[in-house]
Amino acid sequence: MAPLVSIRNLRVEATTDAGRKLQIIRGVNLDVAEGEIVALIGESGSGKTTIAMTLLGHARPGCRIVGGEVRVDGADMVALGEHERAAIRGTKVAYVPQSAAAAFNPAMTIMAQVIEVTAIHKLMSADAARAKAIELFKALSLPEPETIGDRYPHQVSGGQLQRLAAAMALIGNPRVIIFDEPTTALDVTTQVEVLRAFKAVTARHGIAGVYVSHDLAVVAQIADRIVVLRHGEVQEVGTTEQILFAARHPYTRQLLAAFEPKRQDRAAEVAADRPVPLLEVRDLTAGYGPIKRDGTPAVAAVKSVSLSVERGKNLGIIGESGCGKSTLARAIAGIMPGYLGQVRFNGQEIAATAAERSREDLKQMQIVFQHADTALNPAKSVEDILGRPLTFYHGMDGRTRDKRIDQLLDMVHLPRLLRSRRPGELSGGQKQRVNFARALAADPKLIICDEITSALDTVVAAAIIELLRELQRELSLSYVFISHDLSVVEAICDEIVVMYRGERVEQLTPETLATPSHAYTQLLFASVPKLDPRWLESLPA
Amino acid sequence: MNKRILSLAANRLAIALITLVIVSFAVFFATTLLPGDTATILLGQSATPEAVAGLRTAMHLDDPAILRFLHWLMGLAQGDLGTSYANNMPVAALIGGRFVNTLKLAAITAAIAVPLALTLGITAAMWRGSVYDRAVTILTIGIISVPEFMIATSAVLIFAVYLKWLPALSFTNEVSTFYDILRVYAMPVLTLTFVVSAQMIRMTRAAVVETLSTPYVEMALLKGASRPRLVLRHALPNALGPIVNAVALSLSYLLGGVIIVETIFNYPGIAKLMVDAVATRDLPLIQTCAMIFCLGYLTLITLADILAILSNPRLR
Amino acid sequence: MKRPPANTIAVLGTKFRGRVGYRVNPVGLIGLAIIVAWTVVALTAPLIIPHSVGEIVDFDYFGPMSRTLWLGSDYLGRDMLSRILMGARYTVGISLAAVAIACTCGVVLGMTAAVTGGWVDTILSRLLDALNSIPSKLFGLVVVAAVGSSIPVLILTLSVIYIPGAYRFARALAVNVNTMDFVLVARIRGESLFYLIRAEILPNILGPVLADFGLRFVFIVLLLSGLSFLGLGVQPPYADWGALVRENIGGLPYGAPAVIVPSLAIASLTISVNLFIDNLPAKIRDKEEH
Repeated sequence: MAPLVSIRNLRVEATTDAGRKLQIIRGVNLDVAEGEIVALIGESGSGKTTIAMTLLGHARPGCRIVGGEVRVDGADMVALGEHERAAIRGTKVAYVPQSAAAAFNPAMTIMAQVIEVTAIHKLMSADAARAKAIELFKALSLPEPETIGDRYPHQVSGGQLQRLAAAMALIGNPRVIIFDEPTTALDVTTQVEVLRAFKAVTARHGIAGVYVSHDLAVVAQIADRIVVLRHGEVQEVGTTEQILFAARHPYTRQLLAAFEPKRQDRAAEVAADRPVPLLEVRDLTAGYGPIKRDGTPAVAAVKSVSLSVERGKNLGIIGESGCGKSTLARAIAGIMPGYLGQVRFNGQEIAATAAERSREDLKQMQIVFQHADTALNPAKSVEDILGRPLTFYHGMDGRTRDKRIDQLLDMVHLPRLLRSRRPGELSGGQKQRVNFARALAADPKLIICDEITSALDTVVAAAIIELLRELQRELSLSYVFISHDLSVVEAICDEIVVMYRGERVEQLTPETLATPSHAYTQLLFASVPKLDPRWLESLPA
Repeated sequence: MNKRILSLAANRLAIALITLVIVSFAVFFATTLLPGDTATILLGQSATPEAVAGLRTAMHLDDPAILRFLHWLMGLAQGDLGTSYANNMPVAALIGGRFVNTLKLAAITAAIAVPLALTLGITAAMWRGSVYDRAVTILTIGIISVPEFMIATSAVLIFAVYLKWLPALSFTNEVSTFYDILRVYAMPVLTLTFVVSAQMIRMTRAAVVETLSTPYVEMALLKGASRPRLVLRHALPNALGPIVNAVALSLSYLLGGVIIVETIFNYPGIAKLMVDAVATRDLPLIQTCAMIFCLGYLTLITLADILAILSNPRLR
Repeated sequence: MKRPPANTIAVLGTKFRGRVGYRVNPVGLIGLAIIVAWTVVALTAPLIIPHSVGEIVDFDYFGPMSRTLWLGSDYLGRDMLSRILMGARYTVGISLAAVAIACTCGVVLGMTAAVTGGWVDTILSRLLDALNSIPSKLFGLVVVAAVGSSIPVLILTLSVIYIPGAYRFARALAVNVNTMDFVLVARIRGESLFYLIRAEILPNILGPVLADFGLRFVFIVLLLSGLSFLGLGVQPPYADWGALVRENIGGLPYGAPAVIVPSLAIASLTISVNLFIDNLPAKIRDKEEH
């Protein structure tokens, strides 16, 4: 029997800003059988989403399918005209987007959008469609299935929207659904629920799926087969077990290796005496909005949090989106001053806002932001970016500054010839290294790292963590490392603070890490996907 | 939820009121504090110093500026627009009929230009990159790049000089039949429509094009929606705020464009009155006309802001 | 040899050398050529005019185009070509001066408001918005009524009229840049307001600001012409293009070139600027393989 989806020698071309043509998909072959879920995995730019989109006969603006065929249930999506393609979209192939929050029209109710497919293709009456949608809401275990459709997208949470997007895909009884990184934007605890719902629904209706993701552990839970992509070419294809446990291609192994927990043995080097901590935060409360009568802000993002960082040690702060971890980092750095409580640095209380702090205090505590794209001025060269703090804090100029810039580039393992480049001409990993080097330029004692690996591909992120450790050994730095990703924090931190809804839930040491006592910490840790195809099923519901 | 809309709308109104006060302040001081003594102008160069001084006292010209401003503002609020210096008639009487004339011209233009511009702007966005779209774009760039008087003079050249279809000047008092109305209004309206529509088309097209590149429109495309459906159901409701704003801004431009058009076609409207008042330095008349224009502009902009708030689904 | 896909190029950045180039669109080039031509005319007008602007050279008025008088004669029988060439001085010169003042003030104020925020921003925005709600021609009318019309007054009035627009535009751009983390980094480094504006904000808004400069120049040319056409702009014996149309409006019923040509001159300038802005040479920093 012919497979449901068969892609043969697919080639997609993209036009660069300069008008140059580049092949971004280079002769990809791929089959999906009836009811089978195939994962496309690879880092950003591997072409995984582009390939998935061709199943709908769609190429994003600037891209064009230039060769090959994409047969879905016999019809070649490449050769079809616009009208025939439109007839297949939503009925035979459906799409679940990465960010449902962006993919729902803010001006229409959810129900109107979920049943729109039935109206476009005249599949059933509006009433029948509504009844079916409510059935789907129930199947996807959405709360208040009868009325949730009457709301507008902004009135529903992210995890619910993602499931509603699945309902929108399922309403036309498609043969195959494209899942485009559907859980990437979600917190781990939400991700578990959404994955479970997807898995149950596709299994029940026998729907085939193409699941696009960069996360092997997520894919392991849902896919029958995995296709590893890089630079628009297939590197390796195999069943989920084969890829996870018997990968042959070096690139696949590299991806798997980035998943290995790299817990470090640092407990041995405990300092003999206990000097004054480098950073001490006492009962810090910070937030947004007008200040209430009791001196606290209307929205308290951080509630009375205390913590301390020893010299040369690292503290991890972990929690899900909205737990206040970034606000805490900003309050410590003086960007968003705390309303109550104090921040002590080097044994002395320092001012709440950066504007009131001395240049020496500012110099010794640096912060590195998540998105190097926005943290580096696109109009300046690497040289200027690194040179400014040298001039500003240390009064360097001329040759001494040039020499120091070269040293900094060496420290973060960047070639010196990148000096004259602008950030736009660097890769994501390189940008993050420059971002970090700028903090180093100040000669700080403490560096606050706010999700600095979150926007990077796993392999690149692993290299950055390695760099951080190396620099710490050489420069006796301390890090406050903020992340939502447990494995990253584990890899670098001596102690870990868990935050939930603005409060400090628990502080873990390497010894207690395996056995957290608080229920939320247990849930959080258990929700981190494992490279084990049976992990999702093994979780208690 | 409605409370939020109400408070936002009230906020807009308050801003409009504050702006109006600032504007009236600016208009008053621009016209009165600058050189040229009103009493001397009124009485002529040959007047005796005593007569001038007497008139100054009678007109409160020696009071501090701020007092005179408040006095003037109070007068405006009570409907006392002052007396024209040039012919001693109440400003209200001078303005009355002419104001209606200008409103007529503006209303007819708006009635034609708004639907025309929205249709052209939306369809151009719908078929972006097509020959049709490019033609519309080039045409609108051409129109916004030339002065209004060039469009008006071209219209006269074509319709009155070469084709001899229409009279070159407008005389509203002769109007009795529909044919007359057509002949009189054709060229002023045509000119204003061109001027106003071009901006509106460009802004509408830009607003729709921007919404068309959002993920939710792509999502609708991937559900199999047709191009008209994408534009009318998905893009348009979200582009409503910017489009309403574009309409308001363009219509406010009508207020400026009308100055040239009324002058060229000798149309007896308020703008022509104001240009004539400038020639005679008739300050009360200038002040009142200026305030009418500013009030019109503010009303339009505030209305657009409030409509944009109402059309924002996130505030529902 | 493997050629990487477009969106991974950045990832592989080290292997490629940045190459800076310009892609120029022929339409933009034509626009630029006309702008340059008018600028040269404005600078050299007294040297290249065939007749003195005041000299009556034709016995007839509103004379047609001829071999001796290329653009015909005006309502007094003066040479139109010479008057157009001299008019370029006033139209281009006054507009350029006004747009320079308007954009400089607007951009500096806009950036300051965006970076400072708080009440400075609120007050500046509110005041300039109020100024903006006076229709531009009206503002011109009122000022001319009050102080009369001399060239410095014209320049100042035109620039005041367009400061709010330039301010709004620059402020919106600067507010966007201001939300970027690199500004925050500079701020908590302890940098001054002046440094933030000059080094972090300005370089990132320069492109759009220059395009806006061009657009505003067009608006100012149109407004100046409009005012002159109403008799409120450049006063005799000088004449810009708008004033030339006004002088010769009597020739309209005869379709005289004296009415049409100045309009065409304005249109040629403004359309060229618009075309040039729409087809700005794109600076390309494309990565090429070694």
